[in-house]
Amino acid sequence: MLEAILFTILAAAAVVTALLVILQRNPMVSAIFLILTFFCLAGIYLLLNAPFLAAIQILVYAGAIMVLFLFVIMLLNLERERKIITRHRLQKVFGVFLGLVLLIQIGSVFHSLFLTGEKGAFPPDKVAALGNTEVIARLLFTDFLLPFEITSVLLLVAIIGAIILAKREI
Amino acid sequence: MVPLSAYLVLSGILFSIGVIGFLVRRNLIVMFMSIELMLNAANLAFVAFSRYLNSMDGQIFVFFVMTVAAAEAAVGLAIILAVFRTKETVNADEINLLKW
Repeated sequence: MLEAILFTILAAAAVVTALLVILQRNPMVSAIFLILTFFCLAGIYLLLNAPFLAAIQILVYAGAIMVLFLFVIMLLNLERERKIITRHRLQKVFGVFLGLVLLIQIGSVFHSLFLTGEKGAFPPDKVAALGNTEVIARLLFTDFLLPFEITSVLLLVAIIGAIILAKREI
Repeated sequence: MVPLSAYLVLSGILFSIGVIGFLVRRNLIVMFMSIELMLNAANLAFVAFSRYLNSMDGQIFVFFVMTVAAAEAAVGLAIILAVFRTKETVNADEINLLKW
């Protein structure tokens, strides 16, 4: 019962803040609302027995990535942008229409979904006994070792790419 | 217990909001934020399936998605900065040439 109440509150808050992200004119306010959406999602991860991901969500997404966004918004001088009156009304109507069609498609598929997949080896009580973070760490360094190492290479490439792109002369 | 479909429908709603934001908004930074929203919707579906199938693989995948999102944000924002430096705008309608 408590889970249902918490889910309802967090889901409603996530949808409202996500809508405010795309409805605000000022990108700074959008970024703040996106941080709130990430916090709601972190709460939902806690409901789904994923405390490690909830912590990572707040540290990496709400912390690192959104700070990067806020820095870039502050670096850019967007005063001129705000005065532009957006044209392309037809494009907006089409965009919203296509988005709603997508929503109906996704919703109808997900709503009538029956879970037929094979159950895995980690029921909640076993994960609780071992510890969520410990189970994830053990899997990362055994079964998923190669993707984990490739991820480190990806991050290195991203660092080098960002530095080269941000230099004065390209 | 909350049924799996509730989480998945929430994930679908968030994804659609991201798609609408990407199609409707013309500010490059807000479009980028919409992409982050879509990635988070996919993450939510991963975690929900992982919980209801008693498997940890979904949570590991979310870990990787977050790493890719961090790399993507770093490179993407650097590109936006470079575009702003040459064109003095972040409006997607005015950035219509590959080379200037």
